[in-house]
Amino acid sequence: MKTNFNDEIVKKFAIATVLWGIVGMLVGVFIAAEMAWPLLNMDVPWLTFSRLRPLHTNAVIFAFGGNALIGTSLYVAYRTCKADLYMPKLASFVFWGYQLVILLAVLTLPFGYTQSREYAELIWPIDILLTVVWVSYAVVFFGTLTKRKEKHIFVANWFYAAFIITIALLHIVNNLQIPVNWHLSYSIYPGAVDAIVQWWYGHNAVGFFLTAGFLGMMYYFIPLQAGRPVYSYRLSIVHFWALISSYMWAGPHHLHYTSLPDWTQSLGMVFSLILLAPSWGGMINGIMTLSGAWHKLRDDPIIKFLIVSLSFYGMSTFEGPMMAIKTVNALSHYTDWTIGHVHSGALGWVALITIGSLYVLIPRLWNKKAMYSTKLINTHFWIATLGIVLYIASMWIAGVMQGLMWRDINADGTVVYSFAETVKATYPYYIARFLGGTLFLAGMCIMLYNFIMTVKSRGDAVALDKLEGAVA
Amino acid sequence: MSKHEKIEKNIGLMGVLIAIVVSMGGLVEIVPLMYQTSVIEPHPNLKPYTAMELAGRDIYIAEGCYNCHSQQIRPFVDETLRYGHYSQANEFVYDRPFQWGSKRTGPDLHRVGGKYSNEWHEYHLMDPRSVVPESNMPGYPWLAEDMVDAEQTAAGMKVLYEWFDHPYTQEQLDNAQADVDGKTKMEALIAYLQVLGTAIPRSYK
Repeated sequence: MKTNFNDEIVKKFAIATVLWGIVGMLVGVFIAAEMAWPLLNMDVPWLTFSRLRPLHTNAVIFAFGGNALIGTSLYVAYRTCKADLYMPKLASFVFWGYQLVILLAVLTLPFGYTQSREYAELIWPIDILLTVVWVSYAVVFFGTLTKRKEKHIFVANWFYAAFIITIALLHIVNNLQIPVNWHLSYSIYPGAVDAIVQWWYGHNAVGFFLTAGFLGMMYYFIPLQAGRPVYSYRLSIVHFWALISSYMWAGPHHLHYTSLPDWTQSLGMVFSLILLAPSWGGMINGIMTLSGAWHKLRDDPIIKFLIVSLSFYGMSTFEGPMMAIKTVNALSHYTDWTIGHVHSGALGWVALITIGSLYVLIPRLWNKKAMYSTKLINTHFWIATLGIVLYIASMWIAGVMQGLMWRDINADGTVVYSFAETVKATYPYYIARFLGGTLFLAGMCIMLYNFIMTVKSRGDAVALDKLEGAVA
Repeated sequence: MSKHEKIEKNIGLMGVLIAIVVSMGGLVEIVPLMYQTSVIEPHPNLKPYTAMELAGRDIYIAEGCYNCHSQQIRPFVDETLRYGHYSQANEFVYDRPFQWGSKRTGPDLHRVGGKYSNEWHEYHLMDPRSVVPESNMPGYPWLAEDMVDAEQTAAGMKVLYEWFDHPYTQEQLDNAQADVDGKTKMEALIAYLQVLGTAIPRSYK
């Protein structure tokens, strides 16, 4: 069967998503524990927090998120185009090349080979490899779209297209370096310019990797699972162009009150506030797709994942613009509030939409009627949600507390707290955050078990489950 | 919306339009900074990093210190009280890459230069809780044993001089390797920490 190859490659990406997700989150839980109990660093260089934190961020964003995005984008492309993948061998190269990039990240970051650019830490030779893989991915994706048998390009593909093009642009511009030797290189941009280039990249890694790409996923898998068309076609056009054009201006809010010239900061703040509208456009379009079928939110735990992910998306895209207001940012910046904000987006939005989409995708790829156990999906949903709430609530409280303690001034004009006192006050919240992360990781392990059992099951495995009727 | 149909039926056109709209922000916000004097001209007191300081800076980067320490003092009363005079763009022109950071799990380090003795830093890096009991910073004892890669430091200085015109003297370039040869990573890192932010005095008002 000629369609077999298409599914085979997506299967690989689905497996990689779950496995790398567990690895990346395990590293996250470990470094969260190190913050609460610093002795866990054990004076071993490659187990030290400062070396492992980039491994955690790269693994969850690019290994977990990246495999999910590439896999689903190819699936959506050939399904909605009713065409085979363009250049199947190149698609295979994309998979293995991308895994090699991740493996090289594991072999370099903990050993001190880094560019120190957040979410772009990989050293220059790996950057070049990633560029080759990314261009190949673009060829496969856009090649498949040109082969489509439908005149219209389905809306999910617009978002994936914007994600692929913009990530290429960001990756290349932010990694322009002059090599010193095989691993060390110096940025072509001096100091303050380097800072804005990096945060133009960093903010739009969020905007295009963690938002536009996952909106593409949302636009395919929510209508599919809900059995309803996308709520508003007009809204998708408007919020698509508004989102991709305003995101790229918002980077300077990462540098409020720094030495970056004031005009750039203010411009970044204005566009960050504007961003609220197109972000909520996407949330509304996704959630309202369920209108007329709200009962599914009660019956189908996969729909719960998909819709709650949009609720978290809405919350964090409200919180983001608020934190981009300079006076709010004066309090929140450099604190754990930022970490809470990031994880409400990363766990609440990115991970939940991915998990929901995978639960839709896995039975279809392996030709099963449904996942092995719907009950376990439900368990996963509640354990993950509880973990997220514990995580972000503890970091919110910790962050606001740190911000307030840092700025507290005595009547005689001296600071009330030494920095060390603010660290001491944060320990209980670091422990709570560790517990939240552990719950979320436990949910991923439940998913892996359910995944394996689904693949191993015969077609009738679904009878094990009383809630089976909920899954289309 | 009927005009949008043209775009929806033509992936080439859609790709080009996407590329155009996503390029605008960077062109407006980044390119002008490359020509703004306050950003690219060095502070009169600013000197390029010596071989030891540069070696230390590479270690600061490799160990990932930026994950928990900022190098950017904001113009707020509490920050200038705690860390010293607020940071200025012209103090960072020799920083490639920049190390402003985004999170303060530990305190800001931009003006840590001269604040503590070399000996204090050594104790602190070997075992942070020996001097700051509340600290959750990991120890970095291997820095006292590992040696600086002198060849790399010399090559790095050459790149900064040849590609980016960092004002090194011929003597500095010639002696770069000898200056750091046989030094521990600990010595180099402390040399870097001690020069941080010293272009402007901490107490400057």
